[in-house]
Amino acid sequence: MNFEFSDEQRQLHDAVERYLTEQYSFDRYQSINRSAAGWDPSIWRGLAELGVLAITVPAAQGGLGFGPLETLAMMGDCGRSLLLEPVLSSAVIATAALRAFADETPASLLLAGMATGEKIAVLAHFESDARFESQWVTTRARRSGDSYRLDGHKAVVMHAGAADTLLVSARTAGEAGDASGVSLFLVPRAAPGLVLDVYPIVDGQRAADVYLQNVELPASSRLGPEGEALAAVDAALDIGLAALCADAVGVMQALVDATVDYVRQRQQFGQPIGRFQALQHRIADMLIHLEQARSMSYLAAMRCTAEDVGERRRALSAAKAVIGQAGRFVGQQAVQLHGGMGMTDELKVSHWFKRLTAVQLMFGDSDTHLQRFAALTRVR
Amino acid sequence: MRLEFTDEEQSFREEVRSFLREQLSPDISGKVLNGYELGRDDHLSWQRRLHQRGWGGMGWPVEFGGTGWNSVQQYIFEEESALAGGPRLIPFGTKMVAPVIMAFGSAAQQQRFLPKISAGEEWWCQGYSEPGAGSDLASLKTRAVRDGDHYIVNGQKTWNTLGQYADWIFCLVRTDAQAKQQSGITFLLIDMKSPGITVRPIALMDGAHEVNEVWFENVRVPIENRVGEENRGWTYAKFLLGHERTNIAGIGIAKRELARLKSIAARERQHGRPLIEDALFAAQIAQVEIDLWALEITNLRVLSAERRSPAAGPEASILKIKGTEIHQSISELLMRAVGPYALPFRREAMEAGWQFDPTREPPGPRYASTLAAAYFNQRKLSIFGGTNEIQKNIISKMIVGL
Repeated sequence: MNFEFSDEQRQLHDAVERYLTEQYSFDRYQSINRSAAGWDPSIWRGLAELGVLAITVPAAQGGLGFGPLETLAMMGDCGRSLLLEPVLSSAVIATAALRAFADETPASLLLAGMATGEKIAVLAHFESDARFESQWVTTRARRSGDSYRLDGHKAVVMHAGAADTLLVSARTAGEAGDASGVSLFLVPRAAPGLVLDVYPIVDGQRAADVYLQNVELPASSRLGPEGEALAAVDAALDIGLAALCADAVGVMQALVDATVDYVRQRQQFGQPIGRFQALQHRIADMLIHLEQARSMSYLAAMRCTAEDVGERRRALSAAKAVIGQAGRFVGQQAVQLHGGMGMTDELKVSHWFKRLTAVQLMFGDSDTHLQRFAALTRVR
Repeated sequence: MRLEFTDEEQSFREEVRSFLREQLSPDISGKVLNGYELGRDDHLSWQRRLHQRGWGGMGWPVEFGGTGWNSVQQYIFEEESALAGGPRLIPFGTKMVAPVIMAFGSAAQQQRFLPKISAGEEWWCQGYSEPGAGSDLASLKTRAVRDGDHYIVNGQKTWNTLGQYADWIFCLVRTDAQAKQQSGITFLLIDMKSPGITVRPIALMDGAHEVNEVWFENVRVPIENRVGEENRGWTYAKFLLGHERTNIAGIGIAKRELARLKSIAARERQHGRPLIEDALFAAQIAQVEIDLWALEITNLRVLSAERRSPAAGPEASILKIKGTEIHQSISELLMRAVGPYALPFRREAMEAGWQFDPTREPPGPRYASTLAAAYFNQRKLSIFGGTNEIQKNIISKMIVGL
């Protein structure tokens, strides 16, 4: 039992923190956010040079071959800096999905390109009716000869607009809700019939609804055996969920720090408002939520690749439920304690709050995960 | 970073388990697991068994006859003991006064008192709080006046836990009324058999006799029973309160009670179905379970960090607040789980044996008869040991600093 980061993990964290502190000021974030693309290729190159985009790519594809603990060590910095670039979507989630197929040439080549930052891929999996239930896939892939034709609609796919390649899940057999019959396809951004409706989400990150109309792909663009891709998708989503939890903890820490600073310097009634006990106790409650959330982000990182899927899911649902609730409390109270200033676009506080709100809504909210946890716990 | 305990810690856990299997009598564990009261003999006989195993001075340094355990071992023992139905260790001797005597007491005091605490031969109780000195402990008024080689003590202590069983009481008394509040306090060890001491039970809402008022009327205390220096007692008092805080969350007990909640909710029926299948009730159990899981990891993080240096931040206050909230939630859900049979409220039901007397079968299931009283009793958790509001003041002082 040990909760210390290794020297290597600490160095990675320090490097990312230093880079983002220097290169990703609040002003920079705002100007990137206002740009049409909503992400900055020069930052992406900087992250690639740091090795951030290669950390979970296997060594055989030119990556560093690290795992969830290294991801944990640096994700908090991404959250704190309000990073808009697709680190989570491409360097964590899509990378994890592709690793399952790394012994096949297309996935291997893509991973090698992603490690250097030349390629960006995202997983386009969830659909609107699924409500983050991963088996709920209705997008269809129909085989004819040496090709497939895909039809369907993927909802709120993070960073799809930035991607060269979409990893699209589609049914080659079965019905929505079936565990088998789901295949995964590499879909080039330029594929005819692929339409993206790109928009910003609440915290400024870009996402898209992805429409596939008669998208024709060669059979070689299918990853792995037909109908057996769901386990790899689930594994990638679980790794992503753990990383998202770490991102959120970085944001919560930033909000607690900012709120502590604010109540120390903001004067009312001739004294700093931090002297008022009602506010002091609220900050104590924020800290308790933060530390409980941090604990669960560690648990999520340590369990997100567990082989026992039930235990893995139980830990991740517990983590997401706690982190969703903590993020809601810390975010709302940070705005509240900043008073009118907390409402403004001018302060970073409202942007952090919106990022925590996005985290709450992604991958299923706290109630969803509480229910999943209860269901997983009952059958044990 | 890893969640699993080390091999040495695992084998220590096995050692604790086998000790509990061999030494914890079903009579005692049955009372603990079913929420019945333990008496003085139950506690002392358990302490004697620990002592025979060499574990009487739990967490003490080896040179004082202690186990020399680090806080991880201490945590493992408490977790395993709680899960097996071992009695909660009464802290006043081993965990409170003993460390003070070791740190500040004379050699004679160490020889006189420590072996009997370890051996379960003497029961200690606490003389800190007074009617006018609760959270503001330093405002205490019990006076001690020097008379030759004695102090004459007059005053009243309150919220004295299980003092009806005690042989000795450690007391904070005022020896200098002129000095600044914290500077006029002395730490005395007082024999409960001393003439002039009166112990009066305080009736609590659960009907149990758990706390007392202790009155001192011209009680003569030999000077050799003063710990450390006169008027330095506040320093020792703070040391006592700050000692051994990393197991304050009671993770093991909460896990045990959560398991009991689930087992009762699985047995209770609602419209013919197990209560645990009720979506709303299941969600409330799930909520407390995930909160407990998070707190367990928070607690382990504190222990892990302590290997390097002792906890100096707000950790103990976080563990205290969140731990007590979880215990209280579980006790409330336990009461609600049994529906109408949480209502019958008979004092005898708290005592072991009553339920099994064939002439007095309780109206509902046996396990239901103690649950309302336990819920009432657990309200104390957020009040004692520094109220949760005081804990929030401490946290805020540390991080806001105003």
